[in-house]
Amino acid sequence: MRTEPQPGSMSGSTNVTTELKSPRSIVWARRRASLADFWRLYRRQRAGMVGLAILVVITLLTVLAPWYTDESELNAANAPGGRMESPSTEFWFGTDQIGRPILTMVIWGARVSLQVGLVAAVLAVTLGTVIGMAAAHFGGWISWALMRLTDWFIVLPSLVLAIALVIALGPSKLTIIIAIALTSWAGTARLVRAQTMAIEGRPYLERARALGAGNWHQMTRHVLPNLMPLVLASATLQVSSAILAEASLSFLGLGDPSAFSWGGILERAFDAGAISAGAWWYMLPPGLAILLVVLAFTLCGRAMEVVLNPRLRGNQ
Amino acid sequence: MTPVLEIDDLRITYRGSRGEVPAVRGISMSLEPGDTLGLAGESGCGKSTVAGAILRLLPRETQVTGRIVLDGDDVLTMSFGKLRAVRWAGASIVFQGAMHSLNPVHRIARQIAEPIVLHEGLSSDAAEKRAVELMAQVGLPAWRASSYPHQLSGGQRQRVMIAMALACSPQLIIADEATTALDVMIQAQVLALIKRLVAERNIALVMISHDLSVLADTCDRLAVMYAGKLVEDGPSHEVFAAARHPYAQALSAAFPTVGDPAERRNPHGLAGDPPDPSNLPTGCSFHPRCPVVRDDCASTSVELRRARDDWRAACLRVEEVA
Amino acid sequence: MGNLSTTPPSVSPSGGAGGGDDAGYSAGTTPPGGVHRSAARRELWRFLAGRVSGAVVSMLLVLLSAFFIFRVIGGDPVRAVGGDSPMTPEQRAEIEERLGLNEPLRVQFWEYVKDVFTLDWGQSYVSSAQVTDLMWDRLPNTLLLTGTALILAAGLGVWIGARAGWRQGSTFEKTQVGISLTLWSAPTFWLGMIVIIVFSVRLDLFPVNGMRSARGGDQDFLPDLLDVAHHLVLPACTMAAVIYAQYVLIMRSSILEERGNDYLTVAKAKGLRDDVVRRRHAVPNALLPTVTLIALQFGAIFNGALLTETIFSWPGLGLLFYQAIKIPDIPLLQVLFIFFAGTTILANMLADIIYRFLDPRVRRSA
Ligand SMILES: Nc1ncnc2c1ncn2[C@@H]1O[C@H](COP(=O)(O)OP(=O)(O)OP(=O)(O)O)[C@@H](O)[C@H]1O
Ligand code: SF4
Ligand SMILES: [Mg+2]
Repeated sequence: MRTEPQPGSMSGSTNVTTELKSPRSIVWARRRASLADFWRLYRRQRAGMVGLAILVVITLLTVLAPWYTDESELNAANAPGGRMESPSTEFWFGTDQIGRPILTMVIWGARVSLQVGLVAAVLAVTLGTVIGMAAAHFGGWISWALMRLTDWFIVLPSLVLAIALVIALGPSKLTIIIAIALTSWAGTARLVRAQTMAIEGRPYLERARALGAGNWHQMTRHVLPNLMPLVLASATLQVSSAILAEASLSFLGLGDPSAFSWGGILERAFDAGAISAGAWWYMLPPGLAILLVVLAFTLCGRAMEVVLNPRLRGNQ
Repeated sequence: MTPVLEIDDLRITYRGSRGEVPAVRGISMSLEPGDTLGLAGESGCGKSTVAGAILRLLPRETQVTGRIVLDGDDVLTMSFGKLRAVRWAGASIVFQGAMHSLNPVHRIARQIAEPIVLHEGLSSDAAEKRAVELMAQVGLPAWRASSYPHQLSGGQRQRVMIAMALACSPQLIIADEATTALDVMIQAQVLALIKRLVAERNIALVMISHDLSVLADTCDRLAVMYAGKLVEDGPSHEVFAAARHPYAQALSAAFPTVGDPAERRNPHGLAGDPPDPSNLPTGCSFHPRCPVVRDDCASTSVELRRARDDWRAACLRVEEVA
Repeated sequence: MGNLSTTPPSVSPSGGAGGGDDAGYSAGTTPPGGVHRSAARRELWRFLAGRVSGAVVSMLLVLLSAFFIFRVIGGDPVRAVGGDSPMTPEQRAEIEERLGLNEPLRVQFWEYVKDVFTLDWGQSYVSSAQVTDLMWDRLPNTLLLTGTALILAAGLGVWIGARAGWRQGSTFEKTQVGISLTLWSAPTFWLGMIVIIVFSVRLDLFPVNGMRSARGGDQDFLPDLLDVAHHLVLPACTMAAVIYAQYVLIMRSSILEERGNDYLTVAKAKGLRDDVVRRRHAVPNALLPTVTLIALQFGAIFNGALLTETIFSWPGLGLLFYQAIKIPDIPLLQVLFIFFAGTTILANMLADIIYRFLDPRVRRSA
C-alpha cells in the first residue's frame, strides 16, 4: 500500500470519480478505500489499539536507543557498575554479573529480538503462503504431498526441531531465523490453502480462467490481493510466536553469542546463578519485555482477525 | 373456561448493534384449551419473536412489555424457578428448522426423555421408555431410539421434535414453521399428525407459518401479522376465503411454491419490499404497498376493528372491503 | 505451548489449524432401513488403515530427517567426542573409524536404518552409556511432570474456557481471555524463573529444583512420594500455565461457535438451568473440535517440558535433551528427537481415531 498521490487522503477516499481514470489508479483508490475501512473497524477494537500503542512505544524506544543510552556500557571492559548490584537510582534495574546495567542491555536487546522475530515471521508466512497457494491451486498429488508435509510440520514439536536445525547449522542469527521460519510456516499454509480454495471458487476467477489467464496471473492478480488481509493477520500473530521461539532458543544457549537478545540475557542470568542469588532485577526486565511485545503482537493480530471476519465480532 | 394463553398488548424491542428493532408492536390474543390458532405473515413480521416471548427465550437485553399469561401466571414477571417449571411442562415449542434443533451428540430417546426427567422426576430409564411410546405415537419405530439425529431424515427429525413437544403433556404447543423445510408429502403427513395429536389431548396449538393454506387446513382460527402487529384475526376458512385486510387478501390469494426461497421472502408478489421494522411507515404501516390505499391511510393509525363478532381486521376500509 | 507454538492464539477456533473441516454433517442420507453393517465396518477399517499408514509415513520422514540433520549436516561429531583438547590426525581417524564416519553416505544410512530397527541407537558421547538406557531412565520422570501438567491444564482450561465462551462480553470472559493471552505470551522458562524466585527463594515454600531432596532414595515409600510431590508443584504449575492458556482460548472459541445453535434454544425451552444447558449440551459439542485442536498442539507439550525441566533441573527427558545440546551429544540428541517426534505422531494418530469414536456425526460415507 504505497505510492500515494496525495498524502492525507486516507479517510474519505470513496469519491473516486473524475480525476482518477486509469484502471490502475482505480485499483489503488479501491485499495485505499478498503484500507480506510479496515482502519475504521480496527479502531473500535480496544485491545487491538492497546497492542498497537505498545508496539509504537517499543519501536520508538528501540530506534531512539542510541540517543538516550550509552551502548559502550555493554562492553565488558566498560561496565560502569559492580557485580549484580540491586536496583538503585543510577541503575534502575541493577547490573549483571560483570556490572553492566540491565536496563541498557534490555533496550539494546530489543533490536535482536524484534529483528529475528520479524524476519522469521515474514519468511515463515511467505513460505506458508506459497505452499498453501500451491496446494490449493494445483490439486492432485502435488496438493496431497504438500498437505502431508504441512501436517507433518504442524504436528512435530517445533522447538525440538528448531533446536536440531540450529545445532546442525551452527548457532547464529541467520540460522535461528531459518530454523524458526522452517518450523512455523505450516499453520499459515493450511489457512492460506483453505482461503485460496474459497477465492478460486468465486465467479470472477472462473471468468479469468475462461479468458485464458495463466496460473501466475491468476495467483498474483486475483488470489494474492484477496489473500493479503488474512496473510497479514496471520503474519502478525506469527511474529509473537517467532519472538518467543527466538527467546527459547537463545535461552537454551543456541543464540548468537555475540549479540544480546532478551532470551540471551535470560540465559546469562540463569547461568550466572541469578535465581539462587535472588537477583529478580536481572530476570524481570527482559522477561517482561518479551511478554509485552508478544502480547502486543497477539492483540493486534487478533483484532485484525476480528475485523476481517465479522462472524467473530459477536453481538456487541 | 380460563384461557390457556392470554397475550395482552405485547410489545417487543430487540436491542442489537444496529440500534433498536421494534419487532412486535402491540399484540393481543387469547387461546382456550383445544383452540388452534394459525399465525401467518411474511418473513420478518415478528412471528418467531412472539413464539420466543411466550417462554421468555429471547436475548436477555430484549425489551418486552405487556402481559403473557400462561395458565394463570404472567410469564414476563415470574421468577426464574417458576419460569423453568413452566417451560415445556406448560407450553412447548416445535422449532423452525428441525435440522438443527436436535443436539447432534445425544441419542434421540435421551433428548425426548430429558424434559420428562426434569419435570416429572422420572428415572432416565423410565423416561426413555416413555420416550419410546411417544415415538410410536408419532410413527417412529422403537429401534430409532438409539439413533443419532444425523441418521434421521428431515421428516423423521420433525417427528422427533413433535414427540418431544408432547413429552410433558403441555397445555399449549407452539409449532414455528414446523413443516416448512419438508417436502409436500411429508409436510401433509406431519400436519395431519399434529392436528390429530392436539385434538386427541385437547391441547391448544399456535401454528406459525407464512403459508395461509396450510394454516387454514390445520387451525380453527387464523391471525395474520404485518410489521409486528395483528392485521386480521378470524375463523380460518372465512379469513382464507374472504380476508378483510388487503394484506391478508394478498396472502391468501397467493399459492406459495414450497421450497422456493424468493417465494418465502415475498410470498405473493406484492409490490414493494417488506417493511423495515426499525423504520416503519406512518399511519397504516401497509400503506406504501396497499393496492386500495386511501388518502388518510398514511396519517391515521389503524388498530384492529371489529368486522364481526369473531372477526377483527386492522384496516380503515374494513366495512367496505368485504 | 507458548514457546515456538505453531498455532498462535488466533481468535477463530479453526484459525491456524483449519481443524474440523472433515466433521461432515450428513443430513439424513442414511437409508431408513438402517446402516449397512458390513459396509460401515469396511469403512472403519479403511479409515484405520489410512491413519496408521499416515503415521508410518510421518515416522519414516522423522527417521530420514534425523539422519540428515544429525549425521550429514550436523556439526563435527569428532570434535564433540574429543572435547576441546587438541587432536592428532591419528586420533581423529581413530574416532572417525569408530563412529563409522568414513563410510560413504549410502552405507552410513543403511547402517542407521539397521540400527534403528534393531534398537541399537548408539552410545552417548559423554557417558558412553547406551542412549536408549539413558532415555528409559528419565522417561518416567517426564511422564510424571507432563502428565500432571496436562491434567491440570486440560481440566482447568476446558472448564474456564467453556464458562468464558458461554458468557461472551462479560467481565469474567474478558478477564479470563486477558489472563490467558498474558500467560501465553510469557516465555515458559522465564515464568519458571520468576516462580522459583518468589516461591522458593523468597517465601521458601517449595524446593528450588530437582525431584527429590538430598536424602534421596533411601526414604520409605510415603515420605518419598510426598517429597516428589513437593518438588513437583512448581514445575507442574509452570508448565501447566501456558498449556492452560491455550486450552482456555481454544475451548472458548469452540463454545462461541456452538452458541446460537437451535438445539441450545430447545434445551433452554425445556426448562433446563443455564449451567445445565452449557454442561450437558454446549460443552460436549464444543469439546469435539477441541480434541482435534488439542491433539495438534501435542508436540508443543514437549517444547514446554524441555524448558520447564531445564529451569527446575527436573531429571526428565527435557533436561537430558538440554544437557545434550550443551555438548552437543549427537547420538543422544538424535534418539530424543526421534522419541519426541514419534510420540507426537502416535498421539495425533490416536486422537484422530478416538475422535471418530467420540463424534457420532463423523461417519464418513465413502
Ligand atoms: N436477536 C435479534 N436481534 C435483533 N433483531 C432481531 C433478532 N431476532 C429477530 N430480529 C428481527 O426482528 C424481526 C422479526 O423477526 P422474527 O424472527 O420474529 O420474524 P419471523 O416472522 O419469524 O420471520 P420468518 O418467517 O423469517 O421466520 C425481524 O426484522 C428480525 O430481523
Ligand atoms: S388502512 Fe389503508 S393502507 Fe392500510 S390496509 Fe387499509 S386501505 Fe390499505
Ligand atoms: Mg420465524
